Amino acid sequence: MATPGPHDHRTTPISPTRRSVLRAAAIGAGAVTLPSVLAACASGGGAGGSGGKTVTFGSNWSDPVPKKGVAKAIDDFQKSQGYTVKTNTVDHNSFQQNINRYLQGNPDDVFGWFAGYRMQYFAQKGLLSDISDIWANFTGFSDAIKAQSTGLDGKQYFVPFYYYPWAVFYRKSVFAQHGYQIPTTWDQYIALAKQMQKDGLVPISFSDKDGWPAMGTFDYINMRLNGYDFHKSLMAGHEDWTDPKVKKVFDTWRELLPYYQQGALGLTWQESAQALQQKKTGMMTLGMFLGQQFGSDVSDLDFFAYPSIDPANGQDAVEAPIDGFLLSHKAKNADASKKLLTFLATAKAENDYLSVDPTLLGVNSAVDTSGYTALQQSGAKLVGTAKSISQFMDRDSRPDFVSTVMIQALQTFLNNPNDIDGLCTSIQRQKTAIYATEG
Amino acid sequence: MRPKADLEPAVDTGPTGPVATAAAPTQGRRRPRAGRRRIRRLTTRDRLVIGVLLGLPLLLTLVLVWATTLASVGLSFTNWDGIGSAKFIGVDNYKELFTNYPPFATAIWHNLLWLGFLALVATPLGLLFAVLLDRQIRFSRFYQSAIYLPVVLSLAVIGFISQLLFARDDGIVNTVLGTTGQGGHPVDWIGDPHINIWVVLVMAGWRHAGYVMVLYLAGLKGVDPSLKEAAAIDGASARQTFFRVVFPVMRPVNIIVGVITVIEALRAFDIVYAINGGTNGLELLSVLITDNIIGEASRIGFGSAIAVVLLLISVGCIIAYCMTELREEKS
Repeated sequence: MATPGPHDHRTTPISPTRRSVLRAAAIGAGAVTLPSVLAACASGGGAGGSGGKTVTFGSNWSDPVPKKGVAKAIDDFQKSQGYTVKTNTVDHNSFQQNINRYLQGNPDDVFGWFAGYRMQYFAQKGLLSDISDIWANFTGFSDAIKAQSTGLDGKQYFVPFYYYPWAVFYRKSVFAQHGYQIPTTWDQYIALAKQMQKDGLVPISFSDKDGWPAMGTFDYINMRLNGYDFHKSLMAGHEDWTDPKVKKVFDTWRELLPYYQQGALGLTWQESAQALQQKKTGMMTLGMFLGQQFGSDVSDLDFFAYPSIDPANGQDAVEAPIDGFLLSHKAKNADASKKLLTFLATAKAENDYLSVDPTLLGVNSAVDTSGYTALQQSGAKLVGTAKSISQFMDRDSRPDFVSTVMIQALQTFLNNPNDIDGLCTSIQRQKTAIYATEG
Repeated sequence: MRPKADLEPAVDTGPTGPVATAAAPTQGRRRPRAGRRRIRRLTTRDRLVIGVLLGLPLLLTLVLVWATTLASVGLSFTNWDGIGSAKFIGVDNYKELFTNYPPFATAIWHNLLWLGFLALVATPLGLLFAVLLDRQIRFSRFYQSAIYLPVVLSLAVIGFISQLLFARDDGIVNTVLGTTGQGGHPVDWIGDPHINIWVVLVMAGWRHAGYVMVLYLAGLKGVDPSLKEAAAIDGASARQTFFRVVFPVMRPVNIIVGVITVIEALRAFDIVYAINGGTNGLELLSVLITDNIIGEASRIGFGSAIAVVLLLISVGCIIAYCMTELREEKS
């Protein structure tokens, strides 16, 4: 760390007053710290690719199983097409929290992210590259999937990879033992819950300590009552939360509360999934990843579509968050990146992934389902027949609105389900303030 | 040291001699300036060392503490999502905060509750432990270690421990109380927003008391025993000796403990974040700041406004406390 700065002062003949000592110190310190700061910047900038045959890839698949699955697909691409992919894996939650800084700094060429508003937001801010040209040649994606890959400007930005539907899960053995029938309407659902209570089961496993699991139930009741379009519009901030339609959602939800597991706000989703696995509870609304808590009992796990409430909407919408890939606006090697994205959009890449992680579903219709478990097969059927696919409250809406308003609001509802007017007014006021800051 | 000997003749004949003799009378004539002269005698190297040693921390403080603080204050008057440029919106963030952000009032209340609990319960408890252990009772080493033990744990770890202790269905506390199992009504220590803050305060207090105990043990060791003897000879009771003699003598420790108590109360974060992310009855200002700024939310201007409120509360508390303490010391 020998820098010229401090040495210069050794020759100065001025006698040091307190002020000059300080001045010298400030300069000296600057000379000492500045080069290291610059060095830090330089090494950060050096992470980018060199063009040609190299692509950088920012992966948020940090858990062991998904990490292995993604690596397998990437390997396949490298081998078959002769490119080099430099993968940079970051802890899933940290990646999410730093996404703003990441995209504005030195993002990798291709990176993992989510579909829906959460993607559209960054597209709108100009932080993503348009990939409509390669999207036009993709095969095997339904219109519903295409809509989820499209930005607000009508261009495609997102390469979908896999998804996991939300539904009502149960144990086949428990239903068989008591002779329960699959409910398709709300009344049947409530009647089943009542029957379970009589049979000594807690009807519904429910937890919201993490803040997000309750959102799935809200979304489903909302889509069953008011339809998918209203859900989209409400989440995008276009609707009034004091609308009777919204209040009706909370009113309907309140009917379920007596059948919920006690102490839900102190439980994580894993804990309440285990209650279902231990046959203490009868049903649970969650994503297909619930299977992770079942271990070897996973073959006994099945689900049914969320019951219909308003016949006009039936069971036509399915909540199935999609994960996939984006191209950053600063991609250093756009051509090679597009090659990679094109590969990742194929059924082959999805099969690579699913061979490692069987708790999810491939998005591409050409995906080889012969290796699917029974659960995956019913999942594929559920999503395949869905008229519309929603993402999830926190993916269909602004992240600031959901994380600072809705987590609190839903927990407030669960604690005090009777003041719906007050709650809706409060959400609406906060929503207005947050959405007003747009642009 | 050795080369000095070789140089000696040169120094003898050099210009140093006259300079030294010339300096001598000056020194004798103007004694008040002697102090200034002493600085002048520092070698360039000394100056350099002092410069770097003082300058570096000063620069770091300026850049890392004051510049960022001012930046926060500045940002609190803007609307900024972290992308593009910030837009000045005056005091709108503060208006929002006080009128249209329900967790804010709860968080302020919780921070004050935290302060009150530490100051009125945990700190006195730590003092009590210290006084008891200072009497060399049997097993005092054991008690000392046992009470100090939680201090080496981070609050995040204590958060995890509390979940094991206070879990509703299989937690130790409910099991001991016998409220689990058929027909029981287990208390939902962690999930009930009216109860969980107290659970957290007890756990945070558990750690704080140990910390305070160690500080006061050191303080008590430093009290001159002859003071106590003198008080005893004058007929003071044990209680009088403690409150009238020993406690006031420990003023420096009292100041440190007071400031630490305030800091601990206001910076509390990890324990609630480990339990449930600081929602549902465990809101704190620090959590709201994190939620708004660090996460995907990126309401940076709004989060900065909360940070400024926390800054004002901290600075207010610390200044008020130090002023009263120092004023008392003078009088």
